[in-house]
Amino acid sequence: MAVLIDLLSWLILLGGVAFALIGSVGLLRMPDFYTRLHAAGITDTLGAGLILLGLMLQAGWTLISVKLLLILIFLWFTGPIATHALSRAALLDPDNPPPILHEEAPPSKS
Amino acid sequence: MLHALALWLFCFGLWLLLSGYFDVPLLLGFGVLSCALVVFVAWRTEVIDPEERPLRLRFNLHIFSYWPWLLWQIVLSNLDVAKRILDPRLPISPTLITLRPTQRSDLGRVIYANSITLTPGTVTTALSGDTLEVHALTREAADSLLEGDMDRRVTRLEGGN
Repeated sequence: MAVLIDLLSWLILLGGVAFALIGSVGLLRMPDFYTRLHAAGITDTLGAGLILLGLMLQAGWTLISVKLLLILIFLWFTGPIATHALSRAALLDPDNPPPILHEEAPPSKS
Repeated sequence: MLHALALWLFCFGLWLLLSGYFDVPLLLGFGVLSCALVVFVAWRTEVIDPEERPLRLRFNLHIFSYWPWLLWQIVLSNLDVAKRILDPRLPISPTLITLRPTQRSDLGRVIYANSITLTPGTVTTALSGDTLEVHALTREAADSLLEGDMDRRVTRLEGGN
């Protein structure tokens, strides 16, 4: 059983590392600031989430797991706010280049 | 008074979990004191909200079905964005859209905006009054937001209050 949990935790850790890596690759490949934010979002959510989940499996039912869970919760609550603040600041500054948009006119719901 | 007590209980619970000291009276005393200090500062700066009743479920039980659903959406959109990043053609179609959320409370709207930002592929860029501006990485992500599934689910969270 312990071996099984160990194996599972390492698989999850590797998955988290993979997502963090994909997020970094996306950060380099994306064309402009706003699309890069989306790539960074991968590292923020599943990358960090899976790594913390894997560490929780390593720690078992201890206070360390509770702390890891709290880290995850705080990260997921505050991360979007930081992203939102960044994108809003970037959009409000007239010196910044406007976001690259797809050719078609953006839809709008009324 | 109840607000202060609720805040203190929350702080002390967090302190206990983070410190892990359950049987050292001196340290426990320090914990009690520091939590009391936090409550005092919150009271002096009038952050203890008098309008909200404490220890009340602000949201109904839908929150317990919303969180797993949101988690699943996060996983799905993560996979989608990851696939697009790894695709050599980089098939993205950035779109700016304006949404009109149907939530009535500020908290509901903030939860909706935060949920949008938390799922990769969509970022809330502005939240003012009753409109929401969203930058989406792909047309499909923007379209699924326009369909309003997430909006309805968040609105259901605040229903009944």
